[in-house]
Amino acid sequence: MSLQDLIKKELSKWMIAPGPESDVVVSSRVRLARNITAIPFPNRATTEEAEKIFDLVKNALKEHTPFELNLVDLAQLSDIDRTVLMEKHLISPQLARGGQYKGVAFSNDEVISVMVNEEDHLRAQVIYPGFQVEEAFQLINKLDDYLESKLDFAFSEKYGYLTSCPTNAGTGMRASVMVHLPGLTYTNRIQQLLQGVNQLGLAVRGVFGEGTEAQGNLYQISNQVTLGRTEEEIVDNLNRVTTQIIQQERHWRNQLLEERKEDLTDRILRAYGILMYAHKISSEEAVRLLSSVRLGIDLGIIKNVNPSILSELIVLIRPGFLQMIEGKQLSTEERDLHRAALIRKRMRLSQNQGIE
Amino acid sequence: MICQNCNERQASVHLTKIINGEKTEIYLCEQCAKEKGEFGFATDPFSIHNLLAGILSPDVHPSRNFVKQEVEQCKNCNMSFDEFGKIGRFGCSDCYDEFDPRLAVMMRRIHGSDQHTGKVPERQGQTILIKKRINELRTELQRAIAKEEFEKAAKLRDQIYDMEKKESIEDGGVE
Repeated sequence: MSLQDLIKKELSKWMIAPGPESDVVVSSRVRLARNITAIPFPNRATTEEAEKIFDLVKNALKEHTPFELNLVDLAQLSDIDRTVLMEKHLISPQLARGGQYKGVAFSNDEVISVMVNEEDHLRAQVIYPGFQVEEAFQLINKLDDYLESKLDFAFSEKYGYLTSCPTNAGTGMRASVMVHLPGLTYTNRIQQLLQGVNQLGLAVRGVFGEGTEAQGNLYQISNQVTLGRTEEEIVDNLNRVTTQIIQQERHWRNQLLEERKEDLTDRILRAYGILMYAHKISSEEAVRLLSSVRLGIDLGIIKNVNPSILSELIVLIRPGFLQMIEGKQLSTEERDLHRAALIRKRMRLSQNQGIE
Repeated sequence: MICQNCNERQASVHLTKIINGEKTEIYLCEQCAKEKGEFGFATDPFSIHNLLAGILSPDVHPSRNFVKQEVEQCKNCNMSFDEFGKIGRFGCSDCYDEFDPRLAVMMRRIHGSDQHTGKVPERQGQTILIKKRINELRTELQRAIAKEEFEKAAKLRDQIYDMEKKESIEDGGVE
């Protein structure tokens, strides 16, 4: 398979399609936690009860729905295939470990996914490229209406949708954006901003890596509170804060361009050079350099590379994907070699013809 | 004060977290605080379930220690309240009913609220929707009376009456 075919066939819409404000917002995601009345939650369900949930969801999705979801039984998949699903954000790390009667249903473009028997009986999500939290919410809300017409969701007037963990009760909704913030990071404004965001009831974490060092300057921002606020309020709050972040990030990128143009250009072109010629590369280094290259594209310093290179490659270069492409288990060193080769190929692809 | 994480050592670190004006306080011993790492923004130093265990632990209110805790258990899935306190997860949707009186405090600590205001499922939520509508009409009625719009108020009163009739039918149908 050529690299272009691979990208088109194996990657989800949010990684390859253009989206609004995508210079800062990589993707927008909304997920809902739902459970079936009275059947114990997955952490306490017997095998028979887990099977019952699986069958109920299977039946609910069997009919021709406007969402075209296909349910996959995760027990039928290999370790590598499950890891790939996790790397595409279609299933959680917990579900990637596999197990009986655990599944995921997703649409062809992989915008919608519904996990079955994760922490809750159902975890539905919508991921869109760019800044489209409102749109993602509208779609998931429609999906929820459909599912509710088929399944008896656990709901109480007081505590809303009832979930396994009390931190999800109420709306059961988590809305989030993945943002790319190199400008705020390079100008040392990031801590301040993120603390402010925290005080507004939003949680921030690095997309990759642990601790305060977010690899690739990629952060996930989501609502913390799910009870006592309407879905619209949650979306609205996230949208307002994200809009502020976009403005701040653009401001500091321009500031960098004005005041430290030569240093910045050097940093970006060095990153470009390493990605074009490296023989071996870890995913940590790759993500860091891809962040610089993406910034270079957004600032017009690099002109012949497709901007979606960041969102494509942060997924394609993960261990599961590399092993799927090669069709076998790879050692760490082999992965570093294949990763570098894949990146070199992808960089040259956009140079000559672009991906579209 | 005993550490809310290990429930063994004396607590010496006091952490206050404020979300939406709602204060969450946790007391830790030095060792647990160290193990939990820094209190920075990006890491989540406490697993949420540890935190919940802290919130639910009877040690939080030392004065209540000598009140014997009743053994509460969910009739549907047999999860006890203590077990819930330890793992921080419910066993099934019925647990919410079974443990209700104790949940409100916990929910206010987590969410700053103990009342759902969001979406109501269409099919199961008929009665809830009606109740919501009645409340809205009552507010409107109050406003109309305040503005001395008595014709409007009379109409609203009739609407409320109709809705209440509907409500009792729905209720009768369910129970």
